[in-house]
Amino acid sequence: MSGGLLGQVAAVPLFASLLTEPVSVAHYLVVGAILFAAGIVCMAVKRNALGVLMGIELVLNGANVNFVAFASPYLQGEGARGLGIDGQVIALFVILLAAAEAAVALAITLNFYNNHATVDIDRADDLKG
Amino acid sequence: MFVVVTFIATCIHVYASGYMHDELHDVTDHEVTLADGHHLHRPGRFPRFFQALSLFCFSMLGIVIAGNLAMVFIFWELVGICSWFLIGFYYERKSASTAANKAFIVNRVGDFGMLIGLMALWGALGTLQFADSRATGPDGAEVVQPGLFSLVRPAATGHALQVPDGMVKFAAADEVAKIAAGQPQNPAAAASEIAARVGDWRAMGLGNWLLFIAGLGIFCGCVGKSAQFPLFVWLPDAMEGPTPVSALVHSATMVAAGVYLVGRFFPVLTPDVLLVIAYCGAITLFIAATIALVANDIKRVLAYSTVSQLGYMMLALGVGGWVAGLFHLVTHAFFKSLLFLCSGSVIHACHTNDMRKMGGLAKVMPQTAGTMLVGCLAIIGAGIPFVIGLSGYYSKDAILAQALSFSQVNPRHSILFLAVAGGAFLTAFYMFRLWFMTFAGKPRDHHVAEHAHESPSVMVTPLLVLAVLAVVAGWTLPGGFGIANLLEQARPAGTAEGFALGAVTIPAEYKSHEGAIHVTATMTAFATALAGVVLAAAMYLWRIVSPDVVATIFRPIYSFLANRWYFDEIYHALFVLPAHGIARLASGIDTGLIDGLINGLAWAARQLAGIDAWIDRTIVDGLVNTTANATWNAGLELKKLQTGRLRQYVMFIVAGTVALFVLASMLFKSSLAG
Repeated sequence: MSGGLLGQVAAVPLFASLLTEPVSVAHYLVVGAILFAAGIVCMAVKRNALGVLMGIELVLNGANVNFVAFASPYLQGEGARGLGIDGQVIALFVILLAAAEAAVALAITLNFYNNHATVDIDRADDLKG
Repeated sequence: MFVVVTFIATCIHVYASGYMHDELHDVTDHEVTLADGHHLHRPGRFPRFFQALSLFCFSMLGIVIAGNLAMVFIFWELVGICSWFLIGFYYERKSASTAANKAFIVNRVGDFGMLIGLMALWGALGTLQFADSRATGPDGAEVVQPGLFSLVRPAATGHALQVPDGMVKFAAADEVAKIAAGQPQNPAAAASEIAARVGDWRAMGLGNWLLFIAGLGIFCGCVGKSAQFPLFVWLPDAMEGPTPVSALVHSATMVAAGVYLVGRFFPVLTPDVLLVIAYCGAITLFIAATIALVANDIKRVLAYSTVSQLGYMMLALGVGGWVAGLFHLVTHAFFKSLLFLCSGSVIHACHTNDMRKMGGLAKVMPQTAGTMLVGCLAIIGAGIPFVIGLSGYYSKDAILAQALSFSQVNPRHSILFLAVAGGAFLTAFYMFRLWFMTFAGKPRDHHVAEHAHESPSVMVTPLLVLAVLAVVAGWTLPGGFGIANLLEQARPAGTAEGFALGAVTIPAEYKSHEGAIHVTATMTAFATALAGVVLAAAMYLWRIVSPDVVATIFRPIYSFLANRWYFDEIYHALFVLPAHGIARLASGIDTGLIDGLINGLAWAARQLAGIDAWIDRTIVDGLVNTTANATWNAGLELKKLQTGRLRQYVMFIVAGTVALFVLASMLFKSSLAG
């Protein structure tokens, strides 16, 4: 599905069409993609563990935007049953998970700080092969 | 015989308790030098000596009273082992242990023959019993099982010598098998037919050789034990034992055992065997007497004299003189043990065996000299002809008479009589040479003469007792009581008459008492003995002829005799060296061939194992190691990816995901497009 979407998106002249179009699912997707990419870049370039964690939040929220966008009623098929809020539910789960993950990750970071007096993830190479 | 053995053994035990008193405490043996230059110092072996001596007597008595050949053989071997103990009593001395081994081994040679004889008898006759034995049969009736004597000399034929049925059947085994096979259903008929034909077969001479082998085999054992030619070499060496042992060995036990067994076994011996025995005895008596002429060791002279006298006994038995031979055995036992104990007394006093260092001892030890003179006179058979004489006079006369009688019946074998007569002359010469050299004249070695002394009474008393016996043993008391008469009563059934089988005729012994023969024999004995004594006196007492001059004139003969006819050397060359050669060959085969084969096999196994190890190490281990190495290296390589830099990991994840998407879009383009 996503492959198809990508193909569809790639086939459209990107900025021109989007800026002129009314707000649609595609715009949400673009926002999600930008969030995702920003999160990835943040994870990749930040040396501060907290920064990396923030990047992770970004990535997760980028994905959340996608879930919600795809849950749009415009994309529901004919005769679809149910409440049509599957995307929002999953997004809630992701937020929940993100909270739990953030708690665990912060605990790890705190411990790491206790042990190494730093939160520089480049120094966290104790498990290096 | 039993009485003789026990009596002499008693005398010797008493004497030995004096002679061996050194052994009661620690002994320093001056003939044994240890590696550190000191003489051997060892605890005394008094109890050990008497243990062996008693066992020796026990074994000899066992031979005497044994009722069958198997028992005789067992005691025979016991005597052999005891002689080994006693001859090798000073076993630290090399010469003594060698002499003991020599005596034992030479006896084994003879005993091998004896075993053959035993097997021939057992195989053909199935009994080794001398006399008949009674047993209770299955039905309660008494069954008489015939012994060897009854089989060879059945009462039915008046105890005449014949080849027993068992041996005839054994020799005609083919015929017997044919008859038995002809009537398989009726074994009783076959048995009766066989029994009927035994007479014919016997007439054909079947089984003669078997009886001959049996007799000869038994005699072989006696040759070894009684030191007859060609196995006499051990006896002179047996002088290495203590003197009482020599006395016992030479008189009552061991050598007597051989003569005794020939006497005991006499009824079974055929004239052929007896002729062999006679010649054996003649050769022995001549060789031993000539060697005794030149020996200088006092005990060695006596040893060869014993060998020679044993030759007399064997010869006597061989020419049919059963009583004469055993009579001489008894009288000889007395005077030879006397002579040995006297020589022991002399050695005890002089501490040397060499007669050349003695001389003039009659003054310091008169009792020993006197008793020894009695012994010498007895052994040469001295006496007033036809009136009275010492014990040897009677027994030797009997032998001469029987030999003369034999050579008259068998003129071809008259050399036997000459041997006996010549032997009598030689005996007289060397015995008196011994006596003159030892006791008469002036002391030759002052050191020896000064220390000489008469022996203690515990040693002299047996000498006196034996001397008396050496004088009277041959006498016949009024009323007919005498050793000769006792023996005559003990004569085995059937041997009183002469008998013949084949070409040789054994004359009856009573014929030798006929005037013509007896007078000739007595005169011969007296003349030869007298000549011997006179010659000895001329050479060693009156110094008319110097022994040295005689020795120089007859240098080759002298050295030939002094070297004991080179018998030891001949045996060494004939038996010991080939045995060594064979041993060396066998050891060569062992080390070269067998060890080589085994070593080769071991080498091959090692090589094979090497190949196997190489396969294991290279291929099997290699495979495992290569896999392990590859895994290890892969791990090492992969380890590098784990940089520990989280940001790098993120990049990998992103790049990987992108790459996956690109791949998926390229690979599944068609399906996507569809």
